[in-house]
Amino acid sequence: MTLRTEPVTINLGPQHPSTHGVFRMRITFDGEVILDVEPVFGYLHRGSEKLAEERTYAQVVTLTDRLDYVSSMSNNLAYVLAVEKLAGIQPPERAMYLRVIAAELQRISSHLVATGFFLNDLGALATPLMYCFREREKILDLFEMLCGARITLSYMRVGGVFQDAPTEFWPAIRDFLSFMPEYVDEYEKMLTGNEILLSRTKDVGILAGETAINCSASGPVLRSAGVNWDLRKADPYDVYDRLEFDVPVGTVGDNYDRYLLRIAEIRQSLRIIEQCVDQIPEGPVRERIPNLVRPPVGDAYAHVESPKGELGFYLVSDGSIAPYRCKIRSPSLINLTVLRDILIGWKLADMIVTFGSIDINMGEVDR
Amino acid sequence: MTSTLSADLIASRLAEAVPGAVEESNERDVWVKAESVLDVCGFLKDDADLKFDYLVSISAVDYIEHFEVVYHLVSMPHNHGAVVRTRCWGREEPSVPSVTGLWQGADFQEREVYDLMGVSFTGHVNLKRLLLWEGYPGHPQRKDYLEPPR
Repeated sequence: MTLRTEPVTINLGPQHPSTHGVFRMRITFDGEVILDVEPVFGYLHRGSEKLAEERTYAQVVTLTDRLDYVSSMSNNLAYVLAVEKLAGIQPPERAMYLRVIAAELQRISSHLVATGFFLNDLGALATPLMYCFREREKILDLFEMLCGARITLSYMRVGGVFQDAPTEFWPAIRDFLSFMPEYVDEYEKMLTGNEILLSRTKDVGILAGETAINCSASGPVLRSAGVNWDLRKADPYDVYDRLEFDVPVGTVGDNYDRYLLRIAEIRQSLRIIEQCVDQIPEGPVRERIPNLVRPPVGDAYAHVESPKGELGFYLVSDGSIAPYRCKIRSPSLINLTVLRDILIGWKLADMIVTFGSIDINMGEVDR
Repeated sequence: MTSTLSADLIASRLAEAVPGAVEESNERDVWVKAESVLDVCGFLKDDADLKFDYLVSISAVDYIEHFEVVYHLVSMPHNHGAVVRTRCWGREEPSVPSVTGLWQGADFQEREVYDLMGVSFTGHVNLKRLLLWEGYPGHPQRKDYLEPPR
């Protein structure tokens, strides 16, 4: 006698600890195997793009903080680069170095959050996360010195940065650069060779390079699939063309590669910051521009390699003090296009881990 | 550095490959006819010299008289980029052919444009609202959108 079976559809989220915010997936299973995935968005939609149309160019910086709220610096940077491109403003040298330092510190902190929560999703509840947050705390302290805020930073300004780093910042960042590599070694000692991590992530959720390109994936998701594409190298902005660093690239494109790539990127970011601290020239940190910037009529697209991938701002100006249109190309949303490719055919238990390895932030997905 | 291909070059290549597709072009921008977007993008993706294999973003702008859909494309092997624009006239049912068949990455972006701007994409297999819920009145990113009274 054969038993009749049928696929089961279940809802994951929007309120679920492993969905990194309010994200919902409608998943169809055949037993334990995933047959279909349908992501449902919009639970955190705040209309950031529409709100930007009602604010001056300077005020929009505060909105960008709230997109990907664990990497505000990168969001600030992408936006101010777009306005500078639109209005033809060149920031001073020192400001560009400060921006790169801030953006790379933010990359480290975002990758620490990603790694911590990834391990959390694997079932290593809270312990690795607390280790990662220990160092993130140090980075937030540095941000507090720079601009007084820890999460919603608004440090960057059109034409430079809000203020020069205080004198106590430089010994603090040297200190950070000296102890951070040891901490990264510590994670690697705990995690990289860990048998549970290996068996749960190696050869699970494999993403092919062509699929990643076709899905417009970017950042660690794209690079872990073996595609060497980093905007800091491919289309350098600020002072990245003067700095030496490598772009880590994965080979298999599985969950383990995505984890390893983030750890490798932390090390490269430390290298970048070290060079910036050595090279930074004296001088002003902000171009003297009017408070109400009025870019000429036209449009501009600027992008940065944010911790999650390619973050771009497409701004249209009608010559007034507010953007006519502010479109945000958010890496978190577009990286989720690969979700069906890397989930279908795998088991329920792999799903949370694979989803966690993409590293999304709902503030940016829903905007 | 990603070099931006000039609009003249794109327009001249398009003129020979997809005749009649270019609506207007100047030294900075190239506009193609809405109905030939799919042919144009197919050519740009497959041509060996251009090879735009990566769709960066799809944006829509409401210019009151028309909607403009802007495609930012990048070629990873050649490291060059291009911007292709198309205009949709009329506010009732503006529509553009979908490019999801060429780039899977267009899926969510086209759904977002449809949701917030009300430009529909013919040929998209799952053209549903992305961020707002089914039955939401209007398209909030349009310039004439008014918030419903509470």
